[in-house]
Amino acid sequence: MYLIDDYIEADSVDEAVNLLADNPERLIIAGGTDLLIKMRDGILENVQMVGIRRIEPLRKIEKDEQNVISIGAMATFNDLVRSELVQNNIPIMAEAAMTVGGPQIREMATVGGNLCNGMPSADSAPALLVLNARLKLLSKSGVRLAPLQEFYLRPGKVDLRPGELLTEILISKEDYLNFGGCYIKFAPRKAMDLAILGVAVTCRIRVTGIFDLVRIALGVAGPTPLRCEIAENFPPGKPVNDSIIAEIGRLAVKSSRARDSQRASKEFREHLVVELTQRALKSACNRAGGISYD
Amino acid sequence: MIKKINFTVNGKKRELEINAGETLLEIIRKRLHLTGTKEGCGVGECGACTVLIDGTAINSCLYLGVWADGREIVTVEGLAKDGELSKVQKAFISEGAVQCGFCTPGFVITASALQSRGHSLTDIEVKEELAGHFCRCTGYQNIIKAVKKSLENETAGTGGDHT
Ligand code: FES
Ligand code: FES
Repeated sequence: MYLIDDYIEADSVDEAVNLLADNPERLIIAGGTDLLIKMRDGILENVQMVGIRRIEPLRKIEKDEQNVISIGAMATFNDLVRSELVQNNIPIMAEAAMTVGGPQIREMATVGGNLCNGMPSADSAPALLVLNARLKLLSKSGVRLAPLQEFYLRPGKVDLRPGELLTEILISKEDYLNFGGCYIKFAPRKAMDLAILGVAVTCRIRVTGIFDLVRIALGVAGPTPLRCEIAENFPPGKPVNDSIIAEIGRLAVKSSRARDSQRASKEFREHLVVELTQRALKSACNRAGGISYD
Repeated sequence: MIKKINFTVNGKKRELEINAGETLLEIIRKRLHLTGTKEGCGVGECGACTVLIDGTAINSCLYLGVWADGREIVTVEGLAKDGELSKVQKAFISEGAVQCGFCTPGFVITASALQSRGHSLTDIEVKEELAGHFCRCTGYQNIIKAVKKSLENETAGTGGDHT
């Protein structure tokens, strides 16, 4: 039994936003797979909740006339894995979603919940960071669009302001069209585990075998998921080859802010950053087309 | 806070008044006395509490009772029809996939969901689909065999079952 003082099931986005406006203390519960565990552990109790599971529009994954992809905050990880739109346009999201928990968890856990609880190990975050995702946050005073990169403040803390509801995650066509991408999760177990490190890479290659653009994001390499700007600035205009890719991997460490934790040492995490950035970039190059790496 | 829910459990319509903080697992075990569904970890890691919700395998320990309103739930008690065990249940028996039995209802429920999709799976796919379940006794081999047997085409094979 969880200590829930008050629970209201919102039937629409408007109703949810009104409930939050009336009482900004109200907690939004999405899939519940993180929140209910926190409640069981006593980290949260005697809460007032608003449920948003029955708001079907929040679960949609679609593309508009400008080819902007919108992922509803309540899309589950299995929704992402199964979505043809995701597989065909942003397959890195399906790849990242597949690494979350096990089948039963993927059926419940939502991408919006994964972002809003602010865990550094959120598997959806690195992939969405390299896709330059923007978040649509709705409150009674209107819509606020926030780049995901600015949404993370510190571990467990995101810039979700009182009264705000995350409704959609938006990805523009400039950020996925003609890109190859890859997400690698390093964890002791193949399923049902948290990442020791998560690496997402996307890249665009010019037909001449020259890097046009590389984007790299890391999970669990710092207090929040982060982008590796120093490493990203290096490749444009350089040839796609082993030594350039090796250098990009080494540069990625410069943005990482790994520290010792119970799960892995700083040195080990940094070693993983170098190695997995290179591996993910090679797959991303393969998928971007024109280059073949084994 | 008391909430009223209407739902179907193993084909029977139910109307209950529950506490907003109760999990579906607690409702199934303590209110409906269907104790086939087990609580192992209570945090979504072991799969012992798995039930079908509108045909999908879900951990009932992380599922609020209020969410079950209007849904159709099937627990391990609801799989046998007219006193005859389901194909999945028979496969678990014939393959010796049960030792202490604590994990079994969960595995059987997930296997039933896989079976209703109606196509067979490779060994790797079976393992991926079962990744949300722990078994501390069997070493999994016979469970995987049982699940594969459950997914064999009903018309294929002449071995019959050994129950
Ligand atoms: S009791 Fe629900 S997953 Fe373990
Ligand atoms: S048979 Fe004992 S836990 Fe699986």
